Amino acid sequence: MARFDPYENNGGTCVAVAGADYCVVAADTRLSVGYSILSRDHSKIAQLADKCVLASSGFQGDIKALQKNLAAKELIYEHNHNKKMSCPAMAQLLSNTLYYKRFFPYYAFNVLGGLDSEGKGCVFTYDAVGSYERTGYSAQGTGSTLMMPVLDNQLKSPSPLLLPARDAVTPLSESEAVDLVKDVFASATERDIYTGDRLEIVVINSSGTHREYIELRKD
Amino acid sequence: MGSHAAGGSQAPPTATAGGGETQRTHVAFIFYPSIGIVVFAFDKFINSHGLLMLLFHTNRYPYVTGTSVIALKYKDGVIMACDTGASYGSTLRYKSVERIKAVGKHSLIGASGEFSDFQEILRYLDELTLSDHMWDDGNSLGPKEIHSYLTRVMYNRRNKFDPLWNSLVLGGVKKGPKGDEKYLGMVNMIGTHFEENHVATGFGNHLAIPILRAEWREDMSFEEAVKLVEKCLLVLLYRDRSSINKFQIAKITTEGSTIYPPYSLKTYWGFSHFENPAQGAVGSW
Repeated sequence: MARFDPYENNGGTCVAVAGADYCVVAADTRLSVGYSILSRDHSKIAQLADKCVLASSGFQGDIKALQKNLAAKELIYEHNHNKKMSCPAMAQLLSNTLYYKRFFPYYAFNVLGGLDSEGKGCVFTYDAVGSYERTGYSAQGTGSTLMMPVLDNQLKSPSPLLLPARDAVTPLSESEAVDLVKDVFASATERDIYTGDRLEIVVINSSGTHREYIELRKD
Repeated sequence: MGSHAAGGSQAPPTATAGGGETQRTHVAFIFYPSIGIVVFAFDKFINSHGLLMLLFHTNRYPYVTGTSVIALKYKDGVIMACDTGASYGSTLRYKSVERIKAVGKHSLIGASGEFSDFQEILRYLDELTLSDHMWDDGNSLGPKEIHSYLTRVMYNRRNKFDPLWNSLVLGGVKKGPKGDEKYLGMVNMIGTHFEENHVATGFGNHLAIPILRAEWREDMSFEEAVKLVEKCLLVLLYRDRSSINKFQIAKITTEGSTIYPPYSLKTYWGFSHFENPAQGAVGSW
């Protein structure tokens, strides 16, 4: 007899890469359940503020609820403070929102990307219950284990032990970072059954937000 | 948890002043083993179901269930189809059940899964459409709004560990800023939802969606859409053991919704292998 399981994994991978004055956030658009594909055209990316974009993979019901929740809180913040939330502020809010449901978690693996208050690229990476860290780049989701080693190799993040402290943001240009993201998704699509169909790339820089779509393998 | 039935084997009867030894022994033989059994049962329940399931009564299973619903967008709107059966486990209990209903002026809802939960959902939708009508402001809820509402309902019930055991298909057409906007979406019992050009629930996901993905085109005529739907329904009839040969097709356009009367499809069983089934069955016993 079927037993009720409140979670399911709808698959997919999210990536974000921070640059000196830009941030690239990308996610595939495949929505799966079990061995079936429900949709080839379902976005995992939510624009929470003009310089802050969230990409999440995991259980889609929780992801949509979480993104809606954050969007609502951001609106209240705007009404209270008369300005949009900055990316680091949203990062803390996301962590708190996730931990609030520590004992019935949002099954969402998040990557938050955008520009900080100085206009530098920032990426925050999360686990399902809210522990987070600011990094130069990150991948989350079913293909993350395939992508992170490649990103580590290409983006050569400096050791946090070095003095003076080195920035974790990549010195690559925006187009080079976008190309890297495309490559990394093409590789993950080959071996991860839940990643594929189409790639949605969002680039945030001083002139605003720019969206691009790339076809991926559909098998 | 290693030890169980601890109460039954270890606690001795407490000493009290005076007589009543025999009664106390009897109490010991009944009371402590009962505690032991309770502890044992509790422990077994927790280990197999988890603490959360004790707090929230999640002992819910579907009883009377409908099978697949399929739907696709076509030139004038959305077509939805399903069979009219409802099973009780492996028994085909009800054969004339309507699993597609109109909602408001602009939408159709189709459901698979627990039929009584679908009836509950229809009651919620009645309330929703009634209060929408009573605003009397010229606006009416479109399919997108109803899909969003249903998603919230399903997700919130899932959060309370008391799901409505259905997969719902919501389709419709409504005039929007860009003209007539067709909408087709699906939501399942835990709140996963999406919008597509063609959707199916249950077995339809495995049997009908591949056909729809290969043969669906933008702006099909009604006749073409019905032919495609019938092709999918036939495959489901052959291969889904809980489907029956009695279908209903429904369509929704800007003119309104139409749910056609039930009808059957012609099936073919004239395969040579069926003619003399015992032919190759020599066997050794």
